[in-house]
Amino acid sequence: MFTLLNLTNMITTGIAVLGFIAISAMFLIWWERKVSAHIQTRLGPMRVGWHGILQSVADAIKLLLKEDIRPAGADKLVWWLAPFFVVVPSVMAFATIPFGKTLIPKDLNIGVLYILAVSSVCVLGVFMAGWGSNNKYSLLGGIRAAAQIISYEVPLILSMITVVMYANTLSMQKIVESQSHSWNILHPNLALAGLIYITSATAEVNRAPFDIPEAESELVAGFHTEYSGMKFAMFFIGEYTNLFIISAIATTLFFGGWKGPLLPGVIWFLIKTYSIIYILMWIRWTFPRLRVDQLMGFAWKFLTPISFLNLAIAGWLLL
Amino acid sequence: MLTTEIFDLLKAKFPRIAKEEGTSAVIIPKELLLEFGRFIKDAPLIFDDLHCVTAIDKKEKIDLVYIFYSNPLQHSLTLKIYLGPEDPKVESLAAIWKSANWLERETYDLFGVTFLNHPDPRRILNPYDWKGYPLRKNYSAPNFIAKPKL
Amino acid sequence: MADLDIKEKKDIFTEEFLINMGPQHPSTHGVLSLELKLDGEMVLECTPHIGYLHRSFEKLAENRTYTQFIPFTDRLDYVASMNNNLGYCMAVENLLKLDITDRAKYIRVIVAELNRIASHLIAIGTFAQDLGAFATPLFYCFREREKIVDIFNEICGNRLTYNYIRIGGVQSDLPKGIEEKIKNFIKYMRSKIDEYDWLLTYNVIFLARAKNIGLLRKDIAINYSVTGPNLRASGVKRDLRKDRPYLVYDKFEFNVPVGVNGDAWDRYKVRIEEMRQSLKIVEQALGSLPQGDPTVKTGRVHKPAAGEAYFRTENPRGELGFYIVSDGSAYPYRLKIRAPSFSNLAVLPELIKDAKIADIVCISGSLDILMGEIDR
Repeated sequence: MFTLLNLTNMITTGIAVLGFIAISAMFLIWWERKVSAHIQTRLGPMRVGWHGILQSVADAIKLLLKEDIRPAGADKLVWWLAPFFVVVPSVMAFATIPFGKTLIPKDLNIGVLYILAVSSVCVLGVFMAGWGSNNKYSLLGGIRAAAQIISYEVPLILSMITVVMYANTLSMQKIVESQSHSWNILHPNLALAGLIYITSATAEVNRAPFDIPEAESELVAGFHTEYSGMKFAMFFIGEYTNLFIISAIATTLFFGGWKGPLLPGVIWFLIKTYSIIYILMWIRWTFPRLRVDQLMGFAWKFLTPISFLNLAIAGWLLL
Repeated sequence: MLTTEIFDLLKAKFPRIAKEEGTSAVIIPKELLLEFGRFIKDAPLIFDDLHCVTAIDKKEKIDLVYIFYSNPLQHSLTLKIYLGPEDPKVESLAAIWKSANWLERETYDLFGVTFLNHPDPRRILNPYDWKGYPLRKNYSAPNFIAKPKL
Repeated sequence: MADLDIKEKKDIFTEEFLINMGPQHPSTHGVLSLELKLDGEMVLECTPHIGYLHRSFEKLAENRTYTQFIPFTDRLDYVASMNNNLGYCMAVENLLKLDITDRAKYIRVIVAELNRIASHLIAIGTFAQDLGAFATPLFYCFREREKIVDIFNEICGNRLTYNYIRIGGVQSDLPKGIEEKIKNFIKYMRSKIDEYDWLLTYNVIFLARAKNIGLLRKDIAINYSVTGPNLRASGVKRDLRKDRPYLVYDKFEFNVPVGVNGDAWDRYKVRIEEMRQSLKIVEQALGSLPQGDPTVKTGRVHKPAAGEAYFRTENPRGELGFYIVSDGSAYPYRLKIRAPSFSNLAVLPELIKDAKIADIVCISGSLDILMGEIDR
């Protein structure tokens, strides 16, 4: 039933989610710069605010004020829409992320399916950016991104299905409930699924060592070479929101979600999520990048068979 | 092998070569170059490395200088060819030593020595449409002011 | 021909496209421009275009006295200025038939080898950067290089363009207490090289990216006159410090590391090993450093007798040669710089046949070219 209360509810949730995304993305950008700096024996941003905590705010203001440059040969519509296609799905994916026992925008009974469906749209945005920029480097980046994201979708989905089979539900909240006694990651079958998930999710959001679509030393900046100002910022926000989402899903599916002793659920959820993000950052700033064919080979020749095997074992065990 | 031994060996094969006064360089007539190159590449001299190609503009003539090095025998040879300053032409060694490709392009670029049968006869350091050959003594760049000499 | 027919029938055809990598590109090490012909990710052809940094040093030299040209040599291979100073000064000393003191020789060896380490640090740091190890190894390398730069700063007052080695010796004697600092650095650096082995050398991704990439066969390397670590990585044991010892290199014990396959990884590994050997040389040189005056009194203006001299030294990037022709005046009549990177870059098109885009940056990074001395 659609009532006024429902509407206000939706609006407040929407604002809360958007606010959280903005703050989270800004925090993550600052945090990544700090983490990378300390890994590299630097200090990172130190000027704006305490230990540069407001650096992201300053950057956001700078990007907002920057001129929006469009290359002369760009496909106007595609070029315009691309950043939205990257940001909007990642925002939509928040709808079924359980932050706490009641703190979930909407506990859909097909939550996992919904997230998978929505997050697959990102690749469209990336490819549109690559195509619409009318730049050869961007195009190469876009082609690489499309190939990579689609390839890694397979093991990603298979590993998530393994969890779904054990939990016997597609609802995110119920998957969390199913881990009341023990986290999924402690189950050998699901631990493998968890590893596959983290690996393919890293590739899914184009982070190092799987960052070939925007490989700086090869493709300058990949699909977002030609973007500047706020459009570039939107790619950036999209990237960090996606990073948050894959970590949040990992927390929910494998690390017991918001469940934990003493502290309130939302705190537990954030601690777990940011810990996973930290590990991903650590990996990013340590390893070199794989080559595009090695990356594809890894997805199709290694991860996909293993996840199928894992799925089969899970099915056999559950019978 | 010592320089004198190399010279004696070469003299026996090519009677027309000479030694340059004051240096240890061997001078050959330019039409001998290809034959000479093929000879020294193989045994017994095995100059497998064309190390450096350059030129010296001596106003009345241009000295084309080749420096060879032998990896197995660890000896080197400086070869010179005297060319006339007007439209100097010589055969390219790029078919024998691949390193000659870029080194000869550089010499062409800076001195205007044309290498015949060169696989890629373009300028290399200067822009492709540059006029003149900067390291010639009679070259004057538009914005170049020579300092007063001591 | 068969697949061409299929293409026509299906009415879908693939097209090669040209892409200009550089002169403004994050990983072309300066202003190198590579014109690539691509079929998707595969590289069909590669044409390097150089000359963007051409400053006509050889022409400028003809208008400078012999001493005035030393600062120019700093700007050739600007990450190994000491070695360039050394090569040039030794060529001029050869022309002047000038003998230098023993202490000067030892000091020259010490600074040249320290600078070789600094240069190799940049080489492996940027190589790792090209492979996409987001700046972390680069910063580690710069952390170590900083210590060398600090030592040089104390010795000669400069941090990049040292202009320290002069005709007839060195600019000034080593400052007090610098021996202790260098010794501490040697100890520190040894542990750090082991750290690189942990971080990079045997890293699985690093091996996957660099092994069997850019294979440079021995005969091709020699034919293209490739020198230095790139040649040694292909298995040719050629090092001027051993083969034609200049200064006092014959008094020290060190190995010449060689590679096996001549791939990008071997070129990296040879550099790592060379750093170890250089540390060994510096240690021995410090141990037997003779006392005395490091400079020979010479006039400010050198007027060598008319003649020619060609002198090669082993630079971090290969063999740097100076061909100087004197006409008896205070100015070189002709000065030719035989830059090692020039020949090392010439072999690049040979290496990247059938490579992928990602391999190009890997290969050009492993060759460790430096545009300053290529374009001169």
